[in-house]
Amino acid sequence: MRTRLAAALRFVHRRLFATPLDALVTFACGWALASAGARLVRWLLIDATFRGATRADCTGAGACWVFIRARFGQFMYGFYPLDQRWRVDLVALILVLCAALIALPRLPYRRAVAAGIAVALPPLVLFVFYGGIGLVPVETREWGGLMLTLFIAVYAGLLAVPLGIVLALGRQSRLPVIRTLAVLFIEFWRGVPIIAVIFLASLILPLIVPSGIAVDRLARAVIGLALVIAAYMAEAVRGGLQAIPKGQYEAATALGLRYPATTVLIVLPQALRVALPAMTNEFIALLKNTSLVLIVSILDLLGVAQAALADPAWVGMTMEAYVFAGTIYWLLCFALSRASLRLERRAGMGR
Amino acid sequence: MTSHAISFLNNRRVRDVFWQVAVFAVVAGLIAYFVRNASDNMAKAGIASGFDFLGRTAGIELPFLLTRYTPQSSILALLWAGVVNTMAVALVAIIAATMLGFVVGIARLSRNWLLSRLAGAYVEVVRNIPVLFFVLFWYFAVIAALPGPREAIGIFAVAFLSNRGLTVPTPQASGAFAVAALVSAIAIAAQIAVAAWARRRRERTGRGFPLWSSGAVLIAAIPLLAFAAAIAATPWDVPVLRGFNYRGGFVLIPEFVALTAALATYGAAFIAEIVRGGILAVPKGQVEAARALGLGPGQVLRLVVIPQALRVVVPPLTSQYLNVLKNSSLGAAIGFPELMNVFVGSALNITGQAVEIIAITLAIYLAIGLAVSALMNWYNARVALVAR
Repeated sequence: MRTRLAAALRFVHRRLFATPLDALVTFACGWALASAGARLVRWLLIDATFRGATRADCTGAGACWVFIRARFGQFMYGFYPLDQRWRVDLVALILVLCAALIALPRLPYRRAVAAGIAVALPPLVLFVFYGGIGLVPVETREWGGLMLTLFIAVYAGLLAVPLGIVLALGRQSRLPVIRTLAVLFIEFWRGVPIIAVIFLASLILPLIVPSGIAVDRLARAVIGLALVIAAYMAEAVRGGLQAIPKGQYEAATALGLRYPATTVLIVLPQALRVALPAMTNEFIALLKNTSLVLIVSILDLLGVAQAALADPAWVGMTMEAYVFAGTIYWLLCFALSRASLRLERRAGMGR
Repeated sequence: MTSHAISFLNNRRVRDVFWQVAVFAVVAGLIAYFVRNASDNMAKAGIASGFDFLGRTAGIELPFLLTRYTPQSSILALLWAGVVNTMAVALVAIIAATMLGFVVGIARLSRNWLLSRLAGAYVEVVRNIPVLFFVLFWYFAVIAALPGPREAIGIFAVAFLSNRGLTVPTPQASGAFAVAALVSAIAIAAQIAVAAWARRRRERTGRGFPLWSSGAVLIAAIPLLAFAAAIAATPWDVPVLRGFNYRGGFVLIPEFVALTAALATYGAAFIAEIVRGGILAVPKGQVEAARALGLGPGQVLRLVVIPQALRVVVPPLTSQYLNVLKNSSLGAAIGFPELMNVFVGSALNITGQAVEIIAITLAIYLAIGLAVSALMNWYNARVALVAR
């Protein structure tokens, strides 16, 4: 007990008050933190209004969380029809169940189950969201909010990962034509702003398909994002490929394996494991960049928050809308970045 | 006979050529298919093609101008105005982000626990939020919430920050600045000459020369004094409150202030991590070895720590700077007239020629990016480790 107190005192002395300048810095930081923190807590909680139904109920000096409550559905589902929102909830439930299934400690054939889910789930979710065959169709322009943010991120990611792997292999190829094409593709998409690519996709994609075929507005944005993220994913995968010792290739050749077998059985399983943290970081970037679809009037979480500011019934809710949307983004990305750190540590331990 | 056929198909060079031709044919075919569809579709929709539209009159007002563009100017002039605005935003944001990023990055390594935790919290909060959020937040929540011009926040009573933007004084003559620039150029040239002479003398005689002190005078002090004198000697157009707004000076519109502030605060978090990584990358043994050789603390920092840290810092810093440049396109979301906004927004509305407009825009971003990359690669090659 006493040693612990002594250790704490020593810590305070060494890390907070080692020199007079240090003490000054500590006091300045502490004062700034305390005053900002007190104002924040007052605004967020003490002076905030939680109960009520309209703008008029918010009379306090703090935040008006009534606004978030009234708009919660829109923040989550966008303009998805009220009587169909159970479909989004159902998808969320399926996702949670699948994740729980894979996480079961003694699941037989875990790999086969995971692969089955990965193949079957994306078309199923698309069907439940979009409708058709027995379900009321819901046009993509009615989708929005957090649901759309996650949808765009996941589907653009699903397109980007295989494309990124192919590009990374192309960039590492021995054959100059293939290598050049891969480098050109990667550097082109990495060199231009993402919103320019989203514009490009939404304006040029309808032009380059045969006339008569309409490309859905949301699909264009997803494809545009996927192209950019594939280029960044390719660089992440390349890092993994470069970590593989030459002996692995030589051993595979000695065993009589050709390029496809070497790549699929020997190289990629090791490379992807090394590249996984970097790929997770690219996915975090993708999740943040989904907000850029706002520029072509597709309203994801940030877009819905921005659109809500224009509501004449709720004037002056700028801070509330931003704080709410920003917190959700932060929680999602922070959780993912922690997961990426853990992956990195685990990968490091295996070596 | 058969063995010859098998060995031909298994010939590595034959297979290599075959695969390269096949992949190239597929890619070329795909591009040809897209181009044909596009020209069909454009012909059907009656969209013109070609770059003649660049000479047409633009006819739109821009709220923020650094060039001599007027609504009567051509679309090419509009494009140039957008490029200049993009560069201006990117330049200011890069300088601000670098300064803030270095402060935060060094604060994160501070011995002071509270300070390093605060810096860490800043990085963790900022990195996990979309950059567009920052742009919208600064514009709609911070700048829009500032007081009006009558209660504007004065900065040394010459610049004024309000919800109408930042009003800054402008010089009314450029003569003194030209003289200051000339004096600075001469001083910098003198330092380069002194450095060359000092190196030759050291190689010949082994005697050192306080190059850093002469550099501090010639590169920093003389130019600073020259420009300070120029600032004092030049008549300034200082903004003055008249009625409901400021007269005189130059108005940095709210969109400019919000966009630069957003890019700077966002970019600083990433730069802070780069700086921290660079400083941590210099092994402790290097410092100890330099001390053991008898170098002073300043020499250790200048000759051992900074050169090695820079080698780690420069490549990721370059890509951060390019990110700031690319993210400046988010000005389109708040109506700042940068390249994306004036070209893919306004010029596209005027002409309807989507393919040409997007191609030009992408080409400009790629060209700026390639130029910066080339510069940084040249620098990187200079500071790279030379294996002996």
